[in-house]
Amino acid sequence: MAWQHKDLLGLRGLSKQEIELILDTAAPMKDIIGRDIKKVPTLRGKSVVCLFYEASTRTRTSFELSGKFMSADTVNIAASSSSVVKGESLIDTGKTLDAMGTDIIVIRHAASGAPHLLAKHVKARVINAGDGAHEHPTQGLLDMYTIKERKGRLEGLTVTILGDVLHSRVARSNIWGLRTMGAEVRVCGPSTLLPPELAATGVQAFTCIEEALEGADVVNVLRLQLERQKKGLFPTIREYARQFGLNQERLKRCKSDVLVLHPGPMNRGVEIADDVADADFAAIEEQVTNGVAVRMAILYLMMGGSGSGAVH
Amino acid sequence: MALYIKGGRVIDPANGINKIADIKIEEGVIAGIDDFAGAITAADEVIDAAGKLVVPGLIDIHCHLREPGLEAKETIATGTRAAARGGFTAVCAMPNTKPVCDSQTGVEFIYNRAKATGLVRVYPIGAITKGSDGQELAEMADMAACGAVAFSDDGKPVPRSDIMRLGLQYAQMVGKVIISHCEDPELAKDGVMHEGYWSTVLGLRGIPAAAEAIMVARDILLAESVGAKLHIAHVSTARSVELIRQAQWRGVNVTGEVCPHHLALTDADVEGFNTATKVNPPLRTDKDREALRSALNDGTLTILATDHAPHTAEEKACEYNYAPFGISGLETAWPLFWRELVEPGVMTLPSFVAAMTVAPAKRLGLPGGTLSTGAAADVTIIDPEYTETVTLENWQSKGKNTPFVGQTLRSWPVATIVGGRVVMRDRQVIG
Ligand SMILES: [Zn+2]
Repeated sequence: MAWQHKDLLGLRGLSKQEIELILDTAAPMKDIIGRDIKKVPTLRGKSVVCLFYEASTRTRTSFELSGKFMSADTVNIAASSSSVVKGESLIDTGKTLDAMGTDIIVIRHAASGAPHLLAKHVKARVINAGDGAHEHPTQGLLDMYTIKERKGRLEGLTVTILGDVLHSRVARSNIWGLRTMGAEVRVCGPSTLLPPELAATGVQAFTCIEEALEGADVVNVLRLQLERQKKGLFPTIREYARQFGLNQERLKRCKSDVLVLHPGPMNRGVEIADDVADADFAAIEEQVTNGVAVRMAILYLMMGGSGSGAVH
Repeated sequence: MALYIKGGRVIDPANGINKIADIKIEEGVIAGIDDFAGAITAADEVIDAAGKLVVPGLIDIHCHLREPGLEAKETIATGTRAAARGGFTAVCAMPNTKPVCDSQTGVEFIYNRAKATGLVRVYPIGAITKGSDGQELAEMADMAACGAVAFSDDGKPVPRSDIMRLGLQYAQMVGKVIISHCEDPELAKDGVMHEGYWSTVLGLRGIPAAAEAIMVARDILLAESVGAKLHIAHVSTARSVELIRQAQWRGVNVTGEVCPHHLALTDADVEGFNTATKVNPPLRTDKDREALRSALNDGTLTILATDHAPHTAEEKACEYNYAPFGISGLETAWPLFWRELVEPGVMTLPSFVAAMTVAPAKRLGLPGGTLSTGAAADVTIIDPEYTETVTLENWQSKGKNTPFVGQTLRSWPVATIVGGRVVMRDRQVIG
């Protein structure tokens, strides 16, 4: 099976087979990351541009290394979102990159749908590295990869997503991906940070953390943007930590072999307690490694590689 | 020399006429509706309207012509050509131009420009507050005296209740209607689409339905308390409809209008992030759309308007968050309303025609909207069987921001006559 789409804009609408293809392809990629010499010639002569309108060292570096490990030429462009609002057009930037022979554009943008706009106007393939509160598909895939690695499966698991779901693209990509793979998904957070009509996406919404954790196999803790408090979306960070922070005591409600994920960077002591973040049942560092593997798999598949083919 | 429109189905709700007849136009006015078969001389012009509908010239009480100041988006010349192509013989221009039409000078400018460059009649709407800033009343009496037909800060709500009450009182004094853009600015802040399932899925900031209904309720209470005439622009939610219906039962002088896009589309159409679907108030849900239909059916809402809001292609070719709100609506209004209201039987043909002619004319006290003998000969001819696919090829508006491109629609205006002069014929704008 080969990758059928021009772009990767989100996990909503991807089939189970397509998600499996990416996850299966990521496994041999992870082996490469473990080698002494992390370099295969697979994408030699291909160019990958990371076009980041929002700062994100973590995701950008992960994409950059993914490309480099496969010998692609990678370029970073940091643009400020403010310059976009006034004048400089995303479409024009995309066309310029196209004209320079870019094969893949990885875009991070504060506006939901920006990758869709870009994809419509460029020949290059577009990977969404996070758009507004819409989707962050590679994060969703690396979360699923990590769960599958630890649990051996995704189907039938209960995954609780905890925190600011309203503004979280990570939550949305997780919801679509996990639902497609047959997991049961719960979301939990203060009612002011839960978007409306979540139930229609096939998830259960909770405002009581204890209920949301009951019997969960996986807890995915979202990063809390502390400036949301200044906007009045919740009263204080202190109260948030007490009402919605994940600690050892609360984790007792989950399955005994619970797995804890966090997309990072963490606000320790706010959404996640120190001793939870550093515990064996947390896979937060593993997620980072898996992120590179998953992104290598996507670059590989999008450049015409097939899941069954060997990685040189 | 006379102009005869022969053999069409004449629907003139103002006079209760709905029959196959001929219309005779002489010296720019309606000379009569009857069988003029024998009277035609060689010098007369005849339009064969067999199989077509002949109705009073359509009147749009809510459009944005953008001149002065925003001529890249539209001018009175291009906007009125778009109106002619859409079958409109008269349009009311909202005052959110640059500068805002908030003075006698502004009103006079529009009349002068319309006289010099307009293809159809243009009636200026004055601002309620200076600069539409919501802080101080504009010179409404002066504007009324030189021809402003109503008052509105459209594009923006009037946030302060005290100012809105003063505006209603003042408008009532000069016998004009306040047209209210209802939206609680704090609730709607930064929102780009309807808040609901689709805003959740797309990760776009939502505008709750309550943001509209809260202001509808406030303005109804204020209008009721001072006995003013209130018209709610672009009603989009079920709750707003309910509030208007209840107020009418109590005897409040309140009316409301519905736009084509709020009937033809829902928030689900935002999927794909096409900025042509970004409009304020936003595209709502199926339930809201059903409520609008039933309100048009039971007569709670009596006016159909376009909220024609042209923007340049460049302004719309960007991320959804950054695009301006608005749909260029004049040229597709009739066939869209037809598909949503006439074909499914939501409105009878006469009540539908009334909602685009006599009802808006009566509400704002405009001339027109009737085929009465002696009235100015503003007439629109519709071919209910004619189908056309929406393209931008012959599009007259400068605003190409329409989400309906590619849709094949039935029932189109085929002739527009303003004061006896044919300004659109066979879908081609003349002049
Ligand atoms: Zn408005």
